Parts: sequence; C-alpha cells; structure tokens
Amino acid sequence: MFDYLNIIFLETYKILFLLVPVLTAVAMIVWLDRRVWAFVQKRRGPNVVGPFGLFQSLADALKYLFKEIIIPASANKIIFILAPIVTMTLALIAWAVIPFSENFVIADINVGILYLFAVSSLGVYGIIMGGWASNSKYPFLGSIRSAAQMVSYEVSIGIIIINVLLCVGSLNLTDIVLAQKNLWFIIPLFPMFVIFFISALAETNRPPFDLPEAEAELVAGYQTEYSGMMYAMFWLGEYANILLMCALGSILFLGGWLAPIEVFPFNFIPDFVWLIFKILFLFILFSLVKAIVPRYRYDQLMKLGWKIFLPMSLFWVVITASYLFYFNLLPGN
Amino acid sequence: MIAHSIFFYIFSFVAIFSAIMVTVSKNTVHSVFFLILDFITISCLFIMIGAEFLGMIMLIVYVGAVAVLFLFVVMMLNVAQQKKQWFSSIGSSKHIPLGVLISVIIFFELIVVIGGWKFKPDVASLMSLSPNAEISNTHSIGNILYTDYIHLFQLSGMILLVAMIGAIVLTFRKRSGLKRQSYFSQISREREDSVELMDVNSKQGVDIDA
Repeated sequence: MFDYLNIIFLETYKILFLLVPVLTAVAMIVWLDRRVWAFVQKRRGPNVVGPFGLFQSLADALKYLFKEIIIPASANKIIFILAPIVTMTLALIAWAVIPFSENFVIADINVGILYLFAVSSLGVYGIIMGGWASNSKYPFLGSIRSAAQMVSYEVSIGIIIINVLLCVGSLNLTDIVLAQKNLWFIIPLFPMFVIFFISALAETNRPPFDLPEAEAELVAGYQTEYSGMMYAMFWLGEYANILLMCALGSILFLGGWLAPIEVFPFNFIPDFVWLIFKILFLFILFSLVKAIVPRYRYDQLMKLGWKIFLPMSLFWVVITASYLFYFNLLPGN
Repeated sequence: MIAHSIFFYIFSFVAIFSAIMVTVSKNTVHSVFFLILDFITISCLFIMIGAEFLGMIMLIVYVGAVAVLFLFVVMMLNVAQQKKQWFSSIGSSKHIPLGVLISVIIFFELIVVIGGWKFKPDVASLMSLSPNAEISNTHSIGNILYTDYIHLFQLSGMILLVAMIGAIVLTFRKRSGLKRQSYFSQISREREDSVELMDVNSKQGVDIDA
C-alpha cells in the first residue's frame, strides 16, 4: 500500500513541478501577447503595474477573482459551470506528454501524439457547452462557428501529423524529437510547417480566425454570458491551448529540446531552455499575426480549410511517402 | 494489482451508469453528454487493458468528431423537453407492446450469439504473442490491417466513401441568386473591363445604364 502512496506523492510532485510553471507562463504570455501587439501598432501596451508592466496579468487575475460570478437565470447551471472547467482541464492535461528533455516528461506514453491530438479535439466541448448552456443567441452562434472551425482544421492538422510520423516511425513524442537529431523536420517539410502554423491559429481561435468571438458580430461569442473567475478560466484555458500548440509545433518541426547545432555555446544551454525558446518564438509569431492580419470572412475560412489545406496536406503525404519509399528511407526497415 | 482493479471498477461503473443515463435522462442534450462520458470511460478501459491505440482512436473519432455532430443535431433540432415523469405514461402509451417485442427479440438474439460463441482454436496461441511483445500495439494493428486484411480494409474505405458521396448528393441543393466570390474573376479583372473614360456634355449627363 505504501508503494502506491509513494508513487502517488512522486507523481503529484512531478505534476506540480510542471503545472505551476505552465500556469505562471500562461499569465506572463498574456502580457507578452499584449506587449507585442502594442509594439506592432506603435502603442505602449500594459507598462504600469510592476517593471515593464510584468504584473499586469496578476492584477487582472485579482480583479477577476473579486468580481461577482453571474449565472443567467435561464442558463443550464451544471453545464454552464462545467464548461470553463472542461476548457481549463483539457488545456492543462495535455502537458503531461510534452517532453522537456530526454528524461523529463511526466507520461512517456507510446501514443503521445495521438493523446495530444485527442485532447485538442476534445477542446471543442468546453466551447459548445458554454455556448449552449448560456441559453442565448450570440453565445450559441459563436459556439457553433467555433466547433465547425475547430473540427475542420483538426483534419488538416491530423494529416500534417501523419507526414511527420511517416518520417519518424513512432507515435512517441520523445522519439519524434530524437528523429530530428540531424535534420529538423521544418527543412524537408517546410510547406507542412506553414500549414500547421495557420491551422494552429484556426484551431485555437486566434486572429485572423477569431470568428467565434468576433466582437463586431457576436458580442463575445461563447463567452458573452460569463463573468468573473469563470471568464478568466476560459481565457487561461485558451492561452494554455495556444502555448500547447506552440509546443506541439516546436516538437514536430523545430526539433523540440534539441539545440540547433551541437557545438559549445549551444549545447551548454540546458535542454528545456531550448524548448522554451522555440515555444516563445512560435508564440511571438502568433501575436505578430494577430497584430498584422485582418479577420477572415467565415466562408473564406472554411474554403481555406477544406479546399486548400486538406488537399495540400494529403498531396504532401503522398509525396513524403513516395520519397521515403523510393530512397528506402522508411523508418523501421 | 489493487489500484488496477479499483480503477477498473470505477471506470466500468461510470460506463454502465452513463449508458443507462443516456436512455433515462429527460433532457436530450444531457443524454448526448452522458454518451460522451460513456465513450471516454470506455476508451479509458481500452487503455487499461493495454490497447492504447484503440483507446485514443476511440477518443479522436467518436468523442472528437461523431459526438460533436450528435450534439449539433440535438441542439439545433431543439427537441421539446419531456415534461412528464418517467414511467408515468406507461399505461397510456400504445408503443409499449412494440418496444417489449423488440427488446425480447434482441435479448434472444444476444443469447443465441453469446451462447454459440466459440474461440478459434489458434486464438490461445496468438494471445500469448501480442500483449507483452516488444512491438507496440500500433505496429501490430498496422501489420495485420495492411497485410492480411488489406482487402477488407480497402472495401470498408470504399463503402464509407460511397456513403459520404451519397449523403452529399442527397442533401446538396443548388440555390439560385447566390453571390459567390470568385478569386479568379477578381484577379483577372482588367482596367479596360471596369473603367471607361467619357466626355460628358454639359447639362446632358451620361446614360450609365447603357
């Protein structure tokens, strides 16, 4: 019995060791997002609270914490309360399989990439539940848009993942990173990286694909009826999902924790720092896109997903498979 | 093994409970959420017996895609919530005999199927191979699916494709008077097609409809 307790304590310790930094990072990343966005538009952004405005997110969190939680009278209470919890939980449990170095990963499972894909496809439930349970038109419309968008772009993300898996021959995330020891997959699979990046924007409802919360049309989409801490949980979950997508992109294409070149100043930096650098790099790209690109129209969004990205990525699967087969490079041979 | 069995019983209890709740709950949307809970617990059970690939595929396909469509249909149809208490309408309902008949038939069918169940003689020898073998079950499923059963696999793919095309053909309606954006005609527009310079005489104007 004590063995079990020991294992439970050890695992809890490991989980806290990962989750506390991730949550802090989510708060910081909100600040970074707003700063980058402001700099592109020649504004200052949040710069008052703390040095460089670093504690802005903390102040915001306190504000949300002390606000009253309002539940609409006609809302379905259980599902209304469950929705932000589901969003937040799903955004956090996905971090269990992200490898920060060869030995630091909470759950080194065989089907890590499938797990990530499954969790990100479950993410749509928080939004549908929130939109439906609010019992109001705008949230419902927003959640329908969001669900259709996320389901469509998941298809192309799945096929892009197949491309990478063809080159690796394993579903384990650690194996995927180790397979990039000589060549990061961004070089042979560059078009796939571009499509992955854009699909990730759509999957996380980021601008220019933030139609679910297009404020000009839908007030705030599925979040309209939420207030106080529940709104903050949606918000945190959304940013945790964005960070997760950045982590997935850096693991699939940018070599995860690997240094770009294995020479002195580079390999002296610890592994997890490299992964954090890559995640931050992708995240800054995310926020640049938010500042630069105007919002898409909904039919354009669907057209892009189904008529351009899906055929492109399928075509690239054929190319990758034929290339690997012809030159006898298929893993496992 | 204690923790293992505790988790097994928790998951199976939740699975059976939510399966019952799917049929019993009065709100249809709640039924779909219980169905989703059922799918999730069943995929947990798959993972517990070591079939992690099946469990994950179950999550991705059923929970990530199929149940979302269910949820949409149920939410959009806006089925009126059943106000009556369960069991209260048993005496008045005329569908009860039919329901009882169908459930009796299904029950006997299940008895026939399960009673006549026999393992193939070589199953026992195969079972000792896979679970503890070096290769992961993703590899072993792939090895079987793409070699021995490739024709069935392709056939089921074809059936799904035909079903998909059929569904699209049945529901596709061409509406007239719809404005569609055509990138090609937008890009290929020249200045000559759209701009014309005219000398306008004073007090006569120009006929723009011509």
